[in-house]
Amino acid sequence: MSTQTGYMSREPLLRVVKRAEKPTRQIMLLRAEALVFALIAGGVFILLIGYNPFEIYGTILSGAFRSKMAVQATVKVMIPLLISSLGVTLAFKMKFWNIGAEGQIIAGAICASYFALYHSSWNHVLLVTVMFLAGIIGGGLWGLIPALFRVKWGTNETLFTLMLNYIALHVVNFLRDGPWKDPGSQGFPKIARFDKNAALDKLLGVQIGWVVALALAALILFYLRSTKHGYEISVVGESSDTARYAGMNVKKIVLRTMFLSGAVCGIAGMVQATGSDITLTNAVAGGVGFTAIIVAWLSRLNPVTIVIVSFLFSVLEKGSSVVQSSFGLSTDCADVLQAVILFFVLGCEFFIRYGFVVRKKGGAA
Amino acid sequence: MAATTEYAIECRKITKRFGSVVANDQIDLNVRYGEILALLGENGSGKTTLMNMLSGIYHPDSGSISIGGQEVTISSPADAMRLGIGMIHQHFKLVDVFSAMDNIVLGSQEKRLSPKVLRERVLGICQSVGLEIDPDKKIYDMSVSEKQTVEILKVLYRSARILILDEPTAVLTPQETEKLFAILRRMREQGCAIIIITHKLQEVLELSDRVTILWKGRSIDTVVTAESDQRKLTELMVGRPVSLQINRPEPENVSTVMRIESLFVNKPDGAPALGGISAEVRTGEILGVAGVAGSGQKELCEAIAGLVPVQSGQILFNGENIVGKTPAQIIDLGIHMGFVPEDRLGMGLVASMGMVDNMLLKSYRTSKGVCIDRKPARALAESLVKKLEIVTPGVDTPVRLMSGGNVQKVLLGREIESNPSVLVTAYPVRGLDINSSYVVYDLLNEQKKRGVAVVFVGEDLDVLLELSDRILVLCHGRITGVVDARTATKEQIGLLMTGADSQEVAS
Repeated sequence: MSTQTGYMSREPLLRVVKRAEKPTRQIMLLRAEALVFALIAGGVFILLIGYNPFEIYGTILSGAFRSKMAVQATVKVMIPLLISSLGVTLAFKMKFWNIGAEGQIIAGAICASYFALYHSSWNHVLLVTVMFLAGIIGGGLWGLIPALFRVKWGTNETLFTLMLNYIALHVVNFLRDGPWKDPGSQGFPKIARFDKNAALDKLLGVQIGWVVALALAALILFYLRSTKHGYEISVVGESSDTARYAGMNVKKIVLRTMFLSGAVCGIAGMVQATGSDITLTNAVAGGVGFTAIIVAWLSRLNPVTIVIVSFLFSVLEKGSSVVQSSFGLSTDCADVLQAVILFFVLGCEFFIRYGFVVRKKGGAA
Repeated sequence: MAATTEYAIECRKITKRFGSVVANDQIDLNVRYGEILALLGENGSGKTTLMNMLSGIYHPDSGSISIGGQEVTISSPADAMRLGIGMIHQHFKLVDVFSAMDNIVLGSQEKRLSPKVLRERVLGICQSVGLEIDPDKKIYDMSVSEKQTVEILKVLYRSARILILDEPTAVLTPQETEKLFAILRRMREQGCAIIIITHKLQEVLELSDRVTILWKGRSIDTVVTAESDQRKLTELMVGRPVSLQINRPEPENVSTVMRIESLFVNKPDGAPALGGISAEVRTGEILGVAGVAGSGQKELCEAIAGLVPVQSGQILFNGENIVGKTPAQIIDLGIHMGFVPEDRLGMGLVASMGMVDNMLLKSYRTSKGVCIDRKPARALAESLVKKLEIVTPGVDTPVRLMSGGNVQKVLLGREIESNPSVLVTAYPVRGLDINSSYVVYDLLNEQKKRGVAVVFVGEDLDVLLELSDRILVLCHGRITGVVDARTATKEQIGLLMTGADSQEVAS
């Protein structure tokens, strides 16, 4: 018997157990709890670096809302994030892992900038329309490239879209240092500020992009829910075998959807360059394309939720920049804070579906 | 520990939950050494869950397991192996590019032995139980039954004294099944404890000493096989008396609607799947298709439905060749084809969508405009729920949350509602409980009476013989015979399945 007990292991200390599907209200409660825990954990972090958590959190909120200007700035942060989150959602619904929003934003911005730089004398409405279309086409084509390779040769879209980000980024650098270099910058490599005629108009003190963003949210909600295209995207995303069975042209759907996904991201780039930056820099995307992935998943690919989540993200972003300047806290600290919050909120998704069971004391072993 | 030691395995009040689903509810089960126990139950009754707990893949939420009279905790497959439990899964777990011998020693935690010693040891085991195997043969060169032999050797090599087989005969011909049973009987004589999971009642009666019946996650009874019969077992399994007779109305107005002529189809990897088959599909008749799994049934169905590229040959539908046409083009020709694929949730339906959206799958294109019209689909879904007595919380509940039988009703219902002239069904009763299976048979017969040409790809020969009018037998992508189901015997079809041609069988 002793030989037997020697190799008999005990029941594992912790076991992961799948839980029953919970009612929506319970899920919302769990998410709210996660947020509370996130704030507590973030608070501990703030305490450790020697600040008062309440003060910092307060500053984040007041920093985002304290004045009309602050609110306008928050919305300005939100515009590209909201638009590109909507863009990647189209691809994600199809289970096409487009992590190239960053590159598609830049590609859209480049195409729009061409007209802003070289055709600034056109009629304002015409120019803005052309720039808008240029953004769509630029981003769309940038999104179409990986889709084409995937459809033709089965390449991995994750790597492909990621790598195209860097290509787009360095195209901007090339343009900045070469053909599009501002002649008036006395040798400093930068692209000239756009003519006033090429800049987007403002509505309620913020560039008109926010209207575009909200309109896109409504449009994409409608597209995904109520159109044949939206239905096809869902079916292809679920199983390409089923799509084939239903007589759908899977290749065509992949290409079309990726063009649209890139195009929406391209709009984000166009709006950012011509509405906020009024020039083209290599920071036109500035990581928004990656944050968009998080926003899209956090919102479970629901356009309405995306509007809310991207707004909250912008508050955090804008607020922590105020914290930075008024407390002298480094950018990295703000990033840590953001990451802690994300960690908890994303982590709670696990607990919605699974739970832990701890080994019973003195149980059979 | 006097009284309990006679049991090889004794499970007491085993309970396992997955979320809100209670897969095993206080199950009691025991096997003695030198005994074959059959585990019987409909799908979803918890057989596989229970066996997975014995082999260390899951851990029970409560209850205890004793091996050889001693209470144990099995927390990994390695634990199970050390306790002498070997499991032979329905889907083989072998490395294709390795030889039989390499697969047998793979994962055993002992010092590496020289190939010569190993070979002798393997052959020694083979001899003792009457298995035949070439230790150096690669898995990819092997037939299904050879692979199964390797799986059995794998557990014997680890000196397992308790064997668990999960539906081992599903992939075998009747002749191969006989051979397997002979081996299992010999192992029983040598004192092994064997648990066999199967759906086929004849096999249970033929092989086992005792039968434990699971019903909805509970062990409702254990009976001695010799004192039982098919009817009694079925009643225990379903929970009420049932009639086992399948109807077979006489075919009426038979005429050839579809003619397949020397059809060649390749698998995606380029290997031939169908090697020039020719057949006729007739209205008002059920054409059964028999064959060992993977003999080209899938490709035949998908070629008819226009889903796979055809190398050469023709499929003439009332004289019109539909080879090379997409499903959409076939519909445009006015040909209504119903297809119930083998993979219901992965191909025939969208698992995460509700019934309404699934109704639209093949018809969403026909409505005008860019928007999708869900109104008729909702009406259709609701009428199907009533007509076929589909159990679901609502027509918008994702179909993946429905039980297998109800999923099949949704799929079959949608295909029938499209008024097909040819209805192709691939394994339509696989995984369904007895009640749902009979609903499916009735629906197919109803279609037959309406003059639809029904193709029924099946695996249970008893069902094929009772339901079909003609049976087409496939072997390695060729037709080895088309027999009259009213006169053919199981043995005859079994021989055709292994590749003997019809003349040999007849003589």
